[in-house]
Amino acid sequence: MNKIITLSHGNGGRLMHELIETLRLKFSNKILNELSDAAELNIKEKKLTFSTDSYVVKPLFFPGGDIGKLAVFGTVNDISMRGGKPVFISLAFIIEEGFPIQQLEKIAHSIKQAAAKAKVLIVTGDIKVVEKGAADKIYINTAGIGAMDYSGSVGTKAKVDDVIIINGGIAEHGMAVLNAREKLGFTPSIRSDCRNLNFEVERCLKDSKNISVMRDPTRGGLATALNEIAHSSNVGIEIYEKDIPIKPSVKRLCDVLGFDPLYVANEGKFICFVNEKNAKKVKRAIGPQAAIIGRVTSVHKKEVYLKTKIGSTRILPMLETDQLPRIC
Amino acid sequence: MKLMEVCGTHTVNIARSGIKKLLPKEIELISGPGCPVCVTDQSDIDRAIEIVKIKDVIMTTFGDMMRVPGTKSSFMDAKRDGADIRIVYSCLDALNIACSNPAKRIVFMGVGFETTSPTIAATILEAKRQKIRNFFVLSNFKLIPPALVAIAKSDRVKVNGFVCPGHVSVIIGSAAYVEIAKRYKMPCVITGFDDIDIVKGIKRLVEQVKKGVSKVEIEYKRAVKKNGNAAARRILYSVFETADSDWRGLGRIKKSGLRFKKVYKDFDAEREFKVEIPKATSPKGCICGEVLQGIESPLDCKLFKKVCKPERPIGPCMVSSEGTCAAYYKYE
Repeated sequence: MNKIITLSHGNGGRLMHELIETLRLKFSNKILNELSDAAELNIKEKKLTFSTDSYVVKPLFFPGGDIGKLAVFGTVNDISMRGGKPVFISLAFIIEEGFPIQQLEKIAHSIKQAAAKAKVLIVTGDIKVVEKGAADKIYINTAGIGAMDYSGSVGTKAKVDDVIIINGGIAEHGMAVLNAREKLGFTPSIRSDCRNLNFEVERCLKDSKNISVMRDPTRGGLATALNEIAHSSNVGIEIYEKDIPIKPSVKRLCDVLGFDPLYVANEGKFICFVNEKNAKKVKRAIGPQAAIIGRVTSVHKKEVYLKTKIGSTRILPMLETDQLPRIC
Repeated sequence: MKLMEVCGTHTVNIARSGIKKLLPKEIELISGPGCPVCVTDQSDIDRAIEIVKIKDVIMTTFGDMMRVPGTKSSFMDAKRDGADIRIVYSCLDALNIACSNPAKRIVFMGVGFETTSPTIAATILEAKRQKIRNFFVLSNFKLIPPALVAIAKSDRVKVNGFVCPGHVSVIIGSAAYVEIAKRYKMPCVITGFDDIDIVKGIKRLVEQVKKGVSKVEIEYKRAVKKNGNAAARRILYSVFETADSDWRGLGRIKKSGLRFKKVYKDFDAEREFKVEIPKATSPKGCICGEVLQGIESPLDCKLFKKVCKPERPIGPCMVSSEGTCAAYYKYE
């Protein structure tokens, strides 16, 4: 096999079939092995969740993850946030001509491990190769189907007096990628929090039959996710700065660059809105890193307020423009 | 009582932590000219944009300069039109780009106060040592004390005391403010950036004003010394010398900027690239000049939040994350 991806790897000919075969063997399962144009799925449950997302990240490999792991867990997590149990995943690559095959194999291996960890099957896929310059190395799209077969369910709206729980420290993914991409050399190196959330969600749903809403605060960070929920649920949200978990190294890098960690991306975090009665149980089910960070109010509808460490209050708006590193 | 926090990082942290709301009504905090992006004159941005239009020039800049509007466009616009503009995190990154692109001329958009400029001077010394001939710096650096003197002397700005910047003071030391305190009777307290640092700094400033004294105090003793960092200043003034400088909003202030010394003139981008720039005109209705001097608040501006927003800023104070208008937009 050639050492780099060429246009021939996407032209429908022998090289393309060889490449597909290499990848198929990695993700091998009965449905995928049929190699038909579409996967035939046998899902007994009537209720399903379905989600898709495309992944572009620079650098492709970063401390704590890579584009492949991100592509599997990202979609697994989106399905989980609606209370679905992720079962099947599709996998499509857009690859720039000249991309090293060794790196593609590394990504495929990471996808395989991620899929095994999240217990999902990759059942259909596609590869397109575009001319040099028409894409930046490699893009991945995944779509996934989840079955609504947990005992509890997740709604779409937050309710007044709900308690807000987060499953751990914020801003790790965004700062890890930035640190790696810009070769800032900031030590200790920050690792992305990229991981699958389906089993944590499953535990939450066992302990509380009804969760008002869940969201993974990816792009735009925690502040943006909270704003989306305040808007769509027509409620007010109040969060407490002192209770929001963040690793000291992550906080320091944010301070140096003038970034607000509340707006930095996460890839292994979720916020969970649950009624007060069940809050402690759900928090325990998530694990020791979980923290109660706020609550839903009937006042200041569609707005998020932050109680600052020194006891003042301010509005926490949605992300306006990308944060740019500052001068001093 | 009107107290001016000079530094942009203070402005942001005051807004972020909601300090204003906790202060008694008698104490008003106003924001000063300490955001380097905001005080960069339009003509300096216009010049940089003209330079990057020249063939085989790569412009390098800190991230928050990207959106700052010149008279007609910003770096962001120029990049969209095909100019090679790259964000760097340190001037050394720009020097590395110069080393790996010998056929191109690399310009670093030099913006910043005493905190930033010594590191750039050190990079120029390194470039000279390595005999790198395709690396240039646009010197738009500014000095904080002359701007404070201008504000202290002004009839339009009524300030009772300065919350002085922490990082700049690490370099220039508390001694740099003595003239401001003594001659212009202006209380000065240097403080750090944590919310508690800022509150303590304000408290000491209020005490000075109440007692009717004006002296320089350091509330940021873990970082700031009386004489600052003499080694950094030595590097700075081996490459640069003071010169008059144009501040957006404040106009020309004597000896408030830095220009290349003759021995380092080969690195001076302004000398290397002779470009014509049209006369800069301020956007209609924008009161950033007044905001930068603490005469007006962003809330007094007709454009604020209506046409001037972070995604499409009209004036510089809306651009930088440290800008007063951006801080008001986001947090107030």
